[in-house]
This record gives sequence, structure tokens and C-alpha cells, in this order.
Amino acid sequence: MRIDCPLCGCRDSREFHYRGTGKLMERPAADAGAEAFHDYIYMRENPAGVNCELWFHEMGCRAWLLVERDVSSHEFLSVRLAESVTRGKQ
Amino acid sequence: MRYSAWEVFRNGLTGNKGWKPVWRNPEPKSSYDVVIVGGGGHGLSTAYYLAKNHGIANIAVLEKGYLGGGNVGRNTTIVRANYMLEGNSQFYSHSLKLWENLERELNYNVMLSQRGQILLAHSDGQMDRFARLGNMMRMQGDDAELWGRDEVRAKLPYLNHDTARFPIYGGLMHWRGGTARHDAVAWGYARGADRRGVDLIQNCQVTGFRIEGGQIRGVDTTRGYIAAGKVGMCVAGRSSQVGEMAGLRLPIESHVLQAFVTEGLKPLIPHVVSFGMGHFYISQSDKGGLVFGGDLDGYNSYAQRGNLPMAEHVAEAGMALMPMIGKARMLRSWGGIMDMSMDGSPIIDKTSIDGFFINCGWCYGGFKAVPASGDVFAHLIATGNHHAAANRFLLDRFATGRMIDETGNGATPNLH
Repeated sequence: MRIDCPLCGCRDSREFHYRGTGKLMERPAADAGAEAFHDYIYMRENPAGVNCELWFHEMGCRAWLLVERDVSSHEFLSVRLAESVTRGKQ
Repeated sequence: MRYSAWEVFRNGLTGNKGWKPVWRNPEPKSSYDVVIVGGGGHGLSTAYYLAKNHGIANIAVLEKGYLGGGNVGRNTTIVRANYMLEGNSQFYSHSLKLWENLERELNYNVMLSQRGQILLAHSDGQMDRFARLGNMMRMQGDDAELWGRDEVRAKLPYLNHDTARFPIYGGLMHWRGGTARHDAVAWGYARGADRRGVDLIQNCQVTGFRIEGGQIRGVDTTRGYIAAGKVGMCVAGRSSQVGEMAGLRLPIESHVLQAFVTEGLKPLIPHVVSFGMGHFYISQSDKGGLVFGGDLDGYNSYAQRGNLPMAEHVAEAGMALMPMIGKARMLRSWGGIMDMSMDGSPIIDKTSIDGFFINCGWCYGGFKAVPASGDVFAHLIATGNHHAAANRFLLDRFATGRMIDETGNGATPNLH
């Protein structure tokens, strides 16, 4: 697999570290309650198609990336800086 | 037909014309007392024990492909009971005891070979950890021997003991561990279940569940609707998709684990050797091929194939541990899709739907669990109560804080 890092260009996937589902960007508010945090930490959609996930460009620019990837074909469909997604919300 | 030396002899004299197909290929009936979704090792053993231990005859196993065509045919065939945590240790201990009597039980040669499994240690800290693990295994009633440096060197002289990145300090030998013939386990349980009247229905994919008033009523399949009193789901690797049809969300991610086999060689490696520090384990099959693997690729996948970086990493670890295998030619590699749960331990439980039971989250420990998984899941389905050997694999343990996290990695499924 190769990942098209927005800062570094298309690089071998072994430069990157997989950091789990993209849902981890959607942290519940501190007072959301135990059930919301249980859902956030433990429950997964786990689709057999397009999965939203976080990759960390550990051996490159060290940016966190928010990626859409087809987990049945390993094809990367989109790569964005996680930071830009967070800033877009503010 | 009951298999025996006499049958082999008799058929040898009569042109081997007496061997018959070992299971029927029935049309699905309109209703069953119990429907098991998934005709792999766990589904087949569940059906077998439901029929044998609980006297339920009206059972169907629905398999979307062919029997034993999933993960029970894609693993590295290792059997062991070297778990430490309460919840896991009694379960795998129970499973190993069932393995030890399985051939007599099924009248089928599953080629169980208790050749011993050794965990290698590479530091004083790891030796201390294995001393503790070994003690806990022995307290559970299983076997473990802590070997020092000299003993490992004498018994496994072919390892790279000194010049490696991780010099070998010792190891924990578990003699009752070993390997079994993976396909034969599925076939043996399939034959045993069929002989007790279970309908094994292949090429029959479940497309939906009918649930009325919180009670399971039946399953829609590619071969029509089948009514069911109870339904058990044994589809590890695809649990999230099948569970979703019943409205369940599960604490599971699917990941790919690769394995590799070389050309057949003369007897070379008499045990199962686990090199945890380098993410590598190896054994030699009865055909002579070196069967080995490492860790997960590390990202979600349903592709049943991995990528080259992990193949390279596993080969490097193998070379670091036993340089002699460098000249062996690798024949094949393949990937299996693992139900990775959030604490690395399985889920065997009831659900919010009456009559709907789940068996999933096996991570990469599903093969050795096949006999006990079927036994305890059948117990749960038939009686509604958890078997004593599996009363902690609860679906809600993440909400109640009763995780069984053997590696201590927390909610990171790609690291368990």
C-alpha cells in the first residue's frame, strides 16, 4: 500500500502507523456519560467497505491523517490532514 | 461407517469401494429447533455438542460457502493452553482436555500432535514473567516447564542463541501443546454432527434475521426462509456484518493475519517455537513444510490477503531466530480475517434478542478453541446458562469493566 500524504506526497505505507478508527476524532463531551464513552472507546461499525481511519506519518512529517480506505481492496480513497478537519469545525 | 483398522484392511482388499461420503447434502427444512450460522470449526462443533450432549436433533448448520472453507482452513494449526488470566485459562485448559480425547470422541483422525510449544525469553524480566505464567498454568492443572539458557541450547541447538539482537535467556515449555490437522477437525465434527442428524447446509448464505417482539423467529437465506427456535452465530471474521443484520453493534474490528509455508523438508523443527520478541512463530507440518507467521498487518482488512511489509518483517524475524531456514523456499502465503475484540478475548454470550446467541471475537486464538467453544456454546444455547469454563466471555464486559486483557494493551485491537 502507498499513502498519498498531503504534506509529503505518495509514500510507502511502512512509513505510517495505523492508529485506529476515524471515529476517535469524535470524542464525546466530558459530561456525556459512561454510555457515550463506552460507545466511543469500544464499539465499532467495522464496515466491509469504506472505513474511515487515522494514520500517523511516523517516519515522515509526523502528521495525523484522516483516511478513507476500502478495507476489502486496501484502496485509499481520500487522505486529509486530521488537523485540517478539526480546524474546519472550529 | 465407523472407521477402524479393520475397515482400512477390508477396503484395501476390496478396491476401496466401500468408502462413502461422510455427510449428507440435505435440502433445508422449513424450520429447525436450532439454526447455527456458520459452518466452520466453531459452528460444526457447536452443532455436534448440541446433538450429543443436549439431545437436540433438529439442528441446521447454514454455511454460505463450503464446510470448513473459512478460518478453520486458514490458520497455523497450533493447539495450546498457556493463558494466564482468569476467564481465559480455565477455558483453554478445558479445550486442551477435549482435544486430547477428540479422536476417540469423533472416531476421526485429527492428527493431534502434542509435540510441545516453547515460548522463548530474551531478558531477565521475560524469564520472571514466564515463571509466573508457568506457575499459573500449573495451578490451572496444565503443564509448564521453565527452561534456562543451557536447557534451551541443548534441546533447540539450531536457534541463533548468542549473536542475535535478542539473545535467548531461556524459555517456557508447554509439552501438551502442539498441532492438529486443521481441515480434519472441521470434517470430524461435520461427520459427527451429521451422524447425529444435524443438517449441514452448504451454499446457503444468511441474508437477514426475523425478530418479533425481541424474540428470534428465523433466518432469511439465499435458499429461502427457515424458521428457528434459537439461532447461534459462529461467523468470526464477519461477525460485525452478520451481527448488524440482527441490529447488533459489536466491540470488534476485522484485521488480517498472514501465514506462510515453505516447501516440504526433512524433519527439522520438532516443536512449536514462539519468538514473541521478534513477532514470529514456527512449526513443521507432517508433510514437512515449515508453517510460520507473525503479527497482524495492523490495519483493518477484509481482503484475506496481507501486504509485503509484514511478509518481509516475518521473514527477517525468522532469519534472526533460526538462520538455517534462509535457504528454504517459501511456497505460499495467505491471510485470514480475524475478529479482533477490544481486549483480545472472545465473546460467547446471549444478546438483547431472546434466542439469539453470539460466538465471536476470537482474535487469532480460534483454532485451539474449537472443541471447547462448541461445547460451551452448545451449553449456553441449550440451557440458557453459561458453562463454568466460559462464564466471563460476556458481551457487556467492556461496559462493566470486566475485560480479559491478556496483553494489557487496552482498546487497541491491532495490538492484541
